[in-house]
Formats: sequence, C-alpha cells, structure tokens
Amino acid sequence: MRPVFAIFSARFRGLLQYRAAALAGLATQFFWGLIRLMIFDAFYRSSTAPQPMDYAQVAVYIWLGQAFFALLPQWMDGEIQESLRSGTVAYEMLRPVGLYELWFARNLASRTAPVILRAVPLLAIAIPFLGLGLPASWTAAGAFCVAMVAAALLSAAIATLMTTTLLWTVSGEGIWQLLALTMWLFSGTLIPLPFFPEWLQPLVNALPFRGLMDVPFRIWSGHIPPSAVLPNLASVACWTAVIIGMGRLLIARGTRKLVVQGG
Amino acid sequence: MKIKGSLRLLLHYVAVSVRGQMQYKTSFAIGLVAQFLLMGVEWIAIWSLFARFGNLAGWTLPEVALLYGMANMAFAISETAARGFDIFGYRVVKQGDFDWLLLRPRSTALQVAGLEFRLRYLGRFAQGAVVLAWATAKLGIGWTLAKAGLAAAAILGGACMFSGLFVLQAVLSFWTTESLEILNTVTYGGVETAQYPLAIYRDWFRKFFTYVIPLACLNYFPALAILGRTDPSGVPAVIQWMSPVFGMLFLLVTLRIWDFGVRHYRSTGS
Amino acid sequence: MPFIEAEHLVKTFHVSEREPGIGGALRGLFHRRGREVRALDGVSFAIREGEMLGYIGPNGAGKSTTVKVLGGILVPDSGTCTVMGRVPWKDRVAHVRTIGAVFGQRTQLWWGLPVVESFDLLRDIYGVAAAEHARVLAELVEVLELGPLLSTPVRQLSLGQRMRCDLAASLLHSPRILFLDEPTIGLDAPAKLAVRDFLRKLNREKGVTVLLTTHDLDDIEALCERVLLINHGRILHDGTLADLRRRVTGEKRVVLDLADDGRDVSDPDATVIRREGKRIHLSFDPTRVTASALISRLTANHPVRDLTVENPPIEEIIARIYKDTAA
Repeated sequence: MRPVFAIFSARFRGLLQYRAAALAGLATQFFWGLIRLMIFDAFYRSSTAPQPMDYAQVAVYIWLGQAFFALLPQWMDGEIQESLRSGTVAYEMLRPVGLYELWFARNLASRTAPVILRAVPLLAIAIPFLGLGLPASWTAAGAFCVAMVAAALLSAAIATLMTTTLLWTVSGEGIWQLLALTMWLFSGTLIPLPFFPEWLQPLVNALPFRGLMDVPFRIWSGHIPPSAVLPNLASVACWTAVIIGMGRLLIARGTRKLVVQGG
Repeated sequence: MKIKGSLRLLLHYVAVSVRGQMQYKTSFAIGLVAQFLLMGVEWIAIWSLFARFGNLAGWTLPEVALLYGMANMAFAISETAARGFDIFGYRVVKQGDFDWLLLRPRSTALQVAGLEFRLRYLGRFAQGAVVLAWATAKLGIGWTLAKAGLAAAAILGGACMFSGLFVLQAVLSFWTTESLEILNTVTYGGVETAQYPLAIYRDWFRKFFTYVIPLACLNYFPALAILGRTDPSGVPAVIQWMSPVFGMLFLLVTLRIWDFGVRHYRSTGS
Repeated sequence: MPFIEAEHLVKTFHVSEREPGIGGALRGLFHRRGREVRALDGVSFAIREGEMLGYIGPNGAGKSTTVKVLGGILVPDSGTCTVMGRVPWKDRVAHVRTIGAVFGQRTQLWWGLPVVESFDLLRDIYGVAAAEHARVLAELVEVLELGPLLSTPVRQLSLGQRMRCDLAASLLHSPRILFLDEPTIGLDAPAKLAVRDFLRKLNREKGVTVLLTTHDLDDIEALCERVLLINHGRILHDGTLADLRRRVTGEKRVVLDLADDGRDVSDPDATVIRREGKRIHLSFDPTRVTASALISRLTANHPVRDLTVENPPIEEIIARIYKDTAA
C-alpha cells in the first residue's frame, strides 16, 4: 500500500500546483453536466411515456458522472509507457514488488488523485445548488462508498490489463481507442444504461464496464434498491478478479518474452 | 503576389503534414476508424433516447439527425483545418517555440495554421455525412439549389466558427497553458449542444450560444429554413438564410483577437 | 548610422513563485507571490557592419532578452533600437527577412521531415526564388558537407549534424545578420572546430554580421575580437578580451615543469597558486617583477625542465567579475 500512497501524494501535489488547470477542469465538468441535464429535462417535458428512471435519478447519474469522469481508464500512464520505451522497466523488474503490483498501484494512484480533486468541489456545489439529490438512504450512502472503491479497483485493473499490451506493441494506440469507445457506451458515460433498448440490456449487464459508473450511481439514487446491491457488487468483484488474473497472466508471459529477448 | 505566396505556403504545409501522417498508415487508419466509431457510438445513445421518448420538444429523430450531421461535419472540418491552433498551447508556447514563428517573415496565424492538418477527423466528417444523408432520405426534403447551398454554406460557416474557437484557445495560451481545457466547453461542448435544437435549452444558455458565440447560426437557424419550421423565439427568415455569414465574421473577429494576443506575448515574453 | 544600435533598453518581467509542499500547493491555489525582474536595465551598444561580436554573461543576465529585442520578438519597456535603420519590433516582417538565427538547444527544422524538405519549406516561407534557392543551397551543402544528410529525417541526426543543418537553414535567405545562441553546445571537439571554421569564413568572406551568445569562452577567444559582458541587465564591459583581462587583473602566470617535486619552490615576487605533482602554477605581478627576471631566478634555483608564461584563464576573470557585481 505504501507505493500507492507515495504515488497518490505526488500526483495530488502535482495537480494542486496547477491552480488554473484545476479550476478550468472543474468549470468544464459543470458546463457538460448542465448541457446534459437540460437535454434530459427537455426529453422529459416532451413525453409522458413511462421511463426506466425518473428525472431526479437521471440528475444524480449525470452529476456523479461528471464528478467521477476521471476515474475511467482512458489514458495510459505516461511513466509506465516511458519506462517500457526507454527500457528502464528492467530496473523495475529487479524491485521486490512485482511488476503487476507496481503498475496496478501506479494506475490506481494516478486515477484517484484527479478524481478526488474534482469530485469533492463538484459534489459540494451540485448537491445544494444543481439538483443533485442526497443518497436515497444511509444504507445507499454506505453501499455507494463501497461501490466507488470497487469502481476504482476495477478501473486500475482494466488500465493495468491494457498496460500489459504494451509489452507486445509499443504504442497500443488502437486498442486503447477501441476500449475507450466500448467503455463510454457500456459504463454509462454517454447516457444512463437503463435507457438503452431492452434487448441490449442483457449485454449491458454482462459486461464489466457498468461497475465503473452505472452501479455506484444507481445505488446512490436508490435505482438499485438495497436488496439488489449485493449481487451487483458481487458481479463487479468477480469481473475485477478475472481482469486482475488476466493481467497477471499476460505480464508473466510478457516479462518472459522481455527476458528472452534481453529486454 | 503576397496572397499567392501565402496560398502556396499553406498548400506546402498541407502537403508536408499529409505526407507525415501517411508515414504511419496503420496508426492513421486506426485513428480514422476510431473517429468514425466514436461518433457512431454517440449516435446510438441519441437514437436510444428517441426510442424511449419519441420526440424532443416536437423535433423528430430525422430532424435532429439533420442538426447532428451539420454540426459534426462542420466541427470535423475545423478540427482538421484549425488543428494547429488547437495544439498551439502545449506544442508551441509551452516549448518556447513561438519565437521561431516570430522570426519568420510571415503572419503568425498562417504559420500556426500550418503546424498540422490532421486527417483522422475526416472519420467524424464521414459519420456526420452518413447521418445527414439518412436524415435527408427520411425527411424527404425537397432540396432546391438554394436549400442545398444554404446547408453547404452553413457547414462552412460553422467550420469557421469552430476554427475561431480554436483560435481563441490559442490566444488564451499566451496567458496560461494550464487552463486551456476551459475552451473545451465551447468546442466539444458546443458541438454537443448543437446536436439538439437550441430551443430546448435555458434562456441564458441559448442567448450565450446565439449572441456571444454564434452557434445557433451553425445549424439551428439554417435547419429552420431548410425544414420550414418556425422558431419559438421568432427569429426572422432573413437571419436564418444569412446565418453562415456570422460564423465567418466570428472567425475574422477572433483573428483580430489573435493579433492582440501576439502583441501581449511580444511585450511580456511569457 | 551604426548597423545595429541599442540605447538604454529596459525590460522588466513579472515572475511568480511557488511554495513547496502540499500546504504550499494548497495556499498557492488562492494566493500566489510574484516579483519583478529587470532583465535589461539600460543596455546600450553599437555594432558596425561585418563585426563578429561575443555576448557573454551568466544565466538570466539578460542575454537572450537582448537577442529577442534585436530579433523583433520582444518589445522593450523603454529605450530605442535600430537594426539596419529599422526598429525591429515595429516592422517585424521586413526586419526578420534580413536576419537569421540559430538557437543551439532548439532546432528550427521540422522534427519529422527529411532535412531537404525543411529547407524547401523555408524557401516558401521566405519567398526565395527557386534559382536563387538552388544556388545558395548548393553552396551551403558544399561548405557544411550536408550532402549525405539531406534525405535524413531531422530526428535521426546527431547533434553536430543537426547544428550544421540548422546553420544552413538560418542562412538560406542570405541574411546580413546572424544571431547565434550557444551554437557549439553539446558538440564534440571536431564538430566545434567545424562550426567555428564555418562562422569565421562566413564573417570574413560574406561580411555577415554575427552576434554570438555563448557560455563557451573558447568560442569567443577563437572568433570574436570584441566582447560585450552583461550581468543583472547591465553591460559591464564593451571591448576586447585583453581589455577585459587587464581591467580585472594585471597578473600573469608561470607554469613550471620540474625534475623533482619542487616542495621548496618559492619566490619573493610570486605566489604558488596550484601544485599538480611536478607541475607548479605561480602568479606574479608584471609591474613588480619582469617575466625574464623571475624566470632566470626560478631556473637558477630549481631543476626546471619546461616553462610557460600565460594569462589567467578567461573563465577565472569572468568568474571574478560576476562575483564583484553580485547583488
């Protein structure tokens, strides 16, 4: 855990230095949230047909989506990329910590630091002023916190799995772009997942990406009732375990290749 | 003579940039396809919402598709043509390379435009064109020469407007390279906004994107004219038909602001 | 009217400061300190056509600010400046046509392009006619031996090769003034000599006026008769290197190579300043004792195998000036 905190603290301090960047990022998230909210507001005013979520739940979904946007594993960690390009990865392999643990820690830290910097002020303003309702209950609030931790771990697991592909291709750009697309669609970044057609729902529920946003956000608003929290979190945990397992397997193969080639 | 030289130089920049991208054909192809798919994914989201709600403030999906196609085609053109201004902050100012541009006997705006022409955004253009074509087929618009001309001019005017926003972002980088993200609200946020009829937004928001940034002129006003719809705020037909001009004027104004930014740089050297 | 003339140039910058640590970073979100730095504090000089002038000073002394003003990039707060009769910052486009520049650490070539394509782009940027471009390029290719490099992408060039290409790029439009900033930085010895040779030739044969900014005083000694020394935004010296040396100290050095380890070397008119095994460095004041008197005394008293008389190294002189003018 210590390397996670060290990297987290370094990233956090690094981000704080850029005051203007932090404010600009925050303003951008607010603006996007407002656009989305107005679009949904107009949709709700246009139709009386029953919808899978009510407007208040959509508002929660949108604002939490803005607050935790940076959690999505859509950028590769620059330092890891550089260590592979320059070959310093060989030194990292000599450390007592495993390469997987090191990368996982780095990915976890480099994603949670910006999230906290953005989420705290955004929630502080959106709850009293912008229609972001409080968690449905104390149980929901507690479950949301657990679900967010799970989301962070899942995000780091996906990012680390993607990082391992760098052991084979140096840029890996294409894979990352396709992943980002799939993630936007199936995590709930574009629209709340329940709005997708019914026939698509089984696929949406089977994929791991909803654990990043959809699950915690719907727990907050009570759209996932307390009785359904456990199975949902269990599915997220299973996926995280599977993805970590895949990442370890790939790293074992990849480092063997590195060693054989002489790095 | 001067204009001819500038044009020749601009074409030279384009040729160099295109050749550079063609050196990495796979990367280019992936980027192009990714852009296309990215927009396709967004379209799935919009389509899903219409499947649930049926209409948006009286606009049908094909009508919104018309807005969507025009907005994305215009934005894609500006992303390609004004890419130099987009990357200017972190690629030029942060590296301290703006001095080189000032040391050359050409307008700085021309040289910045020449930094890069990124063709992968044509993926977005193609996706926008496909949606626009679908909208046209569904709506059965009687395309007169005037209407087709208006659509084309509006897309061009919209491209000018978005380019102007990229110019503003580049100007901002003379003061700070940290907060450039704020302009994403009006570039990427602008194209998101323009994908839906402007009438659905709050009053202050609509006014901002009509009078401060002429986003309404990109597709909303022209689409009213093409579809023969009336706007709840009652914008006159003349403005609807004139709207492409405002996007072009906007670009001219931002280029004047660019000159102001360059003057600031030359007096502070920051 | 002098070719280049600067009078009382003043330029002030605002610099903001950051506090260390997380607490400092948090405070920095709300409040940021700053201070004014006077980069140029009344700088005046005049340069004749065809001169090759060395411009030296520690980092942050105002060297690059001066060059930026002369290049038309930066507008000074006050003071006047003309280059070939033009005010650089008022008529930028016409002015920069007549100047060339090389910044050793930053290339002006397009990183991903073969060298020759960068040259082609520069031709269109400067609007040089095709025939003229071909003639100038052929000449530069020959003198700088660029032939084998032309089709190589810039990013694959070694530092020395890149510098030769950058020199060519700065001269394609036949400028009458060349600003050089650290043109030999990071180069190995043969590459340094090649660059110096080229600059000397350029200055002598083409009459190009050169302003050379550098930390490498060997460059200055090899190339420049006249030196401007700047510190804290003020010109401290304008003259030859020899003048500069005389101003600081009249002392000379004797270096002895002895047969023994010379533990007992001493002389009433000289001080031992350094011992390196059998080599002894002494300094003396030529107004108190002549070099020949001192040498005959030393050779009489000690087993001298070899001996040289020299000036104190220029680095020492300059270091002493910096120390004397430190604020």
